[in-house]
Amino acid sequence: MPISDVILDVVAAVLLIVAALLTLAAAVGLLRFPDPLSRLHAATKPQILGLILVVLALALSERSWTVLFMLVPVIVLQLLTAPISAHMVGRAGYRNGNVDVDNLVVDELAPDVDAAGRSSLSGGAWKDEPGQSAPGDSRRGRPRSSGSPAAGP
Amino acid sequence: MTVLWFIAGILFTAAALCVLGRLIAGPTLIDRLIASDVLLTTLVLVVGTEMVVNGHTRTIPLMVVLVATAILSSIAVARFASRTTAQSAGAAATEDDDAHL
Repeated sequence: MPISDVILDVVAAVLLIVAALLTLAAAVGLLRFPDPLSRLHAATKPQILGLILVVLALALSERSWTVLFMLVPVIVLQLLTAPISAHMVGRAGYRNGNVDVDNLVVDELAPDVDAAGRSSLSGGAWKDEPGQSAPGDSRRGRPRSSGSPAAGP
Repeated sequence: MTVLWFIAGILFTAAALCVLGRLIAGPTLIDRLIASDVLLTTLVLVVGTEMVVNGHTRTIPLMVVLVATAILSSIAVARFASRTTAQSAGAAATEDDDAHL
């Protein structure tokens, strides 16, 4: 076995270890972080960078163009779908009231949800008056930041 | 080389066990959804690692299918979770708040 092959194999193994470390960091973050949004932040590390590292390790250890072309769709599909699913999960968590608003520095979604709730009052199933807050909002400072699940797409 | 592969395998196993703990303990549906997402990502990475270790490329289509269909479960459960009532959402938020006070 030539020395260059050995070097490439060792580089591939090191890339695998880095990917495994990213996954472990995400898992520990998933266990330790307090609320779903920060857990979502921890969870996205191995989804893109970890997968790229593993695919790179596979390409380095196989060293053929066919394998490389077979691996491109993996990265492309993950790059396309990971932001969508993260967006959907984060939005569902926010609308459910699972986000701890006290931990947020800026809540940029609250005015939009507020406006959407106001514009869909005629057609939406969820109607809350400005004076009274939703049942899920009793612990929060701002009255209508969340808790209106039927307030638009 | 074998030592490096063993280290990677041990790290992946520890990560999967941590994620499984959150999947079981997670107080809300969203936490379990995120945990199952990470578990699926770990599975994809382990499939790729196994190909590197054993020196074959037969399970690349499995990686493609897993990566392409992971979004379906996330979107389905997220849509379902968005429609749950405000009462259960408030109860879940209270439970979550109390969990880390």
